[in-house]
Amino acid sequence: MLQFDDVSKRYPSGHEALSHIDFQLARGELAFLTGHSGAGKSTLLKLIMLMELPSSGQIIVNGQNLSKVSRKALPFYRRNIGLVFQDHQLLFDRTVYDNVALPLQIAGMDSRDIARRVRAALDKVGLLSKENQNPVALSSGEQQRVGIARAVVNKPPLLLADEPTGNLDPALAAEIMQLFQQFSAVGVSVLIASHDLSLIARMRHRMLVLDQGRLRAAPRQV
Amino acid sequence: MARPDDKRRTGKGRNDARAARAVSAPEAGGFQTLFAQHQATAVDSLLRLVLDPVASLLTWAVIGIALALPLCLLLLLQNLQQVGTSLEQSGGLSLFMEQDVPAEQLADVQATLTAHPRIASVDLLTADEALAEFQAASGFGDLLEGLDENPLPSVFLVMPAEAADASDLQRELAALPGVELAQVDLEWVQRLRALVALAARFALLLASMLCVGVVLVIGNTVRLAIENRRAEIVVVKLVGGTDAYVSRPFLYTGLWYGVGGGLLAVLLIALALFALQGPVSALMQTWNGEFRLRGLGLSNSFLVLAGAGLLGWLGAWVSVMRHLRAIEPR
Repeated sequence: MLQFDDVSKRYPSGHEALSHIDFQLARGELAFLTGHSGAGKSTLLKLIMLMELPSSGQIIVNGQNLSKVSRKALPFYRRNIGLVFQDHQLLFDRTVYDNVALPLQIAGMDSRDIARRVRAALDKVGLLSKENQNPVALSSGEQQRVGIARAVVNKPPLLLADEPTGNLDPALAAEIMQLFQQFSAVGVSVLIASHDLSLIARMRHRMLVLDQGRLRAAPRQV
Repeated sequence: MARPDDKRRTGKGRNDARAARAVSAPEAGGFQTLFAQHQATAVDSLLRLVLDPVASLLTWAVIGIALALPLCLLLLLQNLQQVGTSLEQSGGLSLFMEQDVPAEQLADVQATLTAHPRIASVDLLTADEALAEFQAASGFGDLLEGLDENPLPSVFLVMPAEAADASDLQRELAALPGVELAQVDLEWVQRLRALVALAARFALLLASMLCVGVVLVIGNTVRLAIENRRAEIVVVKLVGGTDAYVSRPFLYTGLWYGVGGGLLAVLLIALALFALQGPVSALMQTWNGEFRLRGLGLSNSFLVLAGAGLLGWLGAWVSVMRHLRAIEPR
């Protein structure tokens, strides 16, 4: 599903954020990407989202070599990836429903299909009753769940999350992690960047540990 | 500044647009979907302007005034031209013949004039007819009875075919045998015409400058709109929005700024004409009676709206090209 082959990222300033990264993520696999802040977690996710280009090496997502994705094809590539942000990045000028519907509206889906999918996604995260509220009115845990609903609403084969529990208390964080596990159980590959080690350790999934831009331990499928 | 409840109403507008789409597009056809997306975006962009009325009105006023100014000038000149043309039609060339020109020579000259390609019509006023007319009109009838001979010459009233400069035609006709004097009537009308042409050129220059100004104003306003929605743009790009999708709301915003400004310009012009009509009528009454100021008319008004919309779209496009592409998720 996701494959890094000897990927390095050096910024023009000379700082090497990632060096010689090699790993694979299988279909339906859930893995944690961890390490100190500044270890390169965000950079790695940005490379997958094509927000940045690697300095060397190649990345293959869903059989697609990212170095071959043109600017024009970029939006269509991104539609295959669900992205969950630490600060949820919801739009407060529209309802919960419209926030979740955004990826489908962008894809030009018919409104009845949109309604069906949005309600299914909201149901999945347990917020169906709040569809007409403004996200401002929700708690931070609920906001994060709306963000997750938006990330999965178009059923992407790959789900990325950048510190999804960073702003949540432990109980809510565990709830969110459970959601990710459920998605992985139905075949979605999930990569979660997090430094919440105590939570991760309890979940018994594969861990990719970044240390100063290098991957310390990347055991294959457990 | 949009208040939170405004925002919620905007969201409601989207829901309405969505409901409309559900009715109009039963199956997800590519074109239908695109049309529905455009419709929803157009409505949403308009709503955003309407829900922030003070800021929008200011921009509309700037555009409206900038457009109304040259349009007013052009209208004024058009009306002036109309006055000139109506006066010119009463004038032409008067060809005064020498005294005692024999009738055959008069007939020859008339034939020459009638056959002349640059002359539209010729009227002969013979010496006798001229005298009779003068007697009837002047009230000196009895006095003129006492004259032994007719002091008036025969006159050809010549109307040139084209309204252009008649001075070389005048020279040519003055050289005809038996012609005493060829006189251009209302030379000042020609000067007026030249002056109006000059002013029209000036007005066009002014109009093009102000149009550029309108494009820049709208471009700048749209730039601010882009800045205000930066977070949204980033999110939309990350969930797979194409450049076209991201640009669309801003292009519609520009379009609405332009159309709104055009509407205001049309209203301003109508108001100005209404205010001028009275004095102009009074002035023209002292001249030759009836004259009505001509306004934009319906079709020209629509043209102004369309043109203004186009300018707005153009301004937004320039802004989108310069600023929107630069906003990338970081």
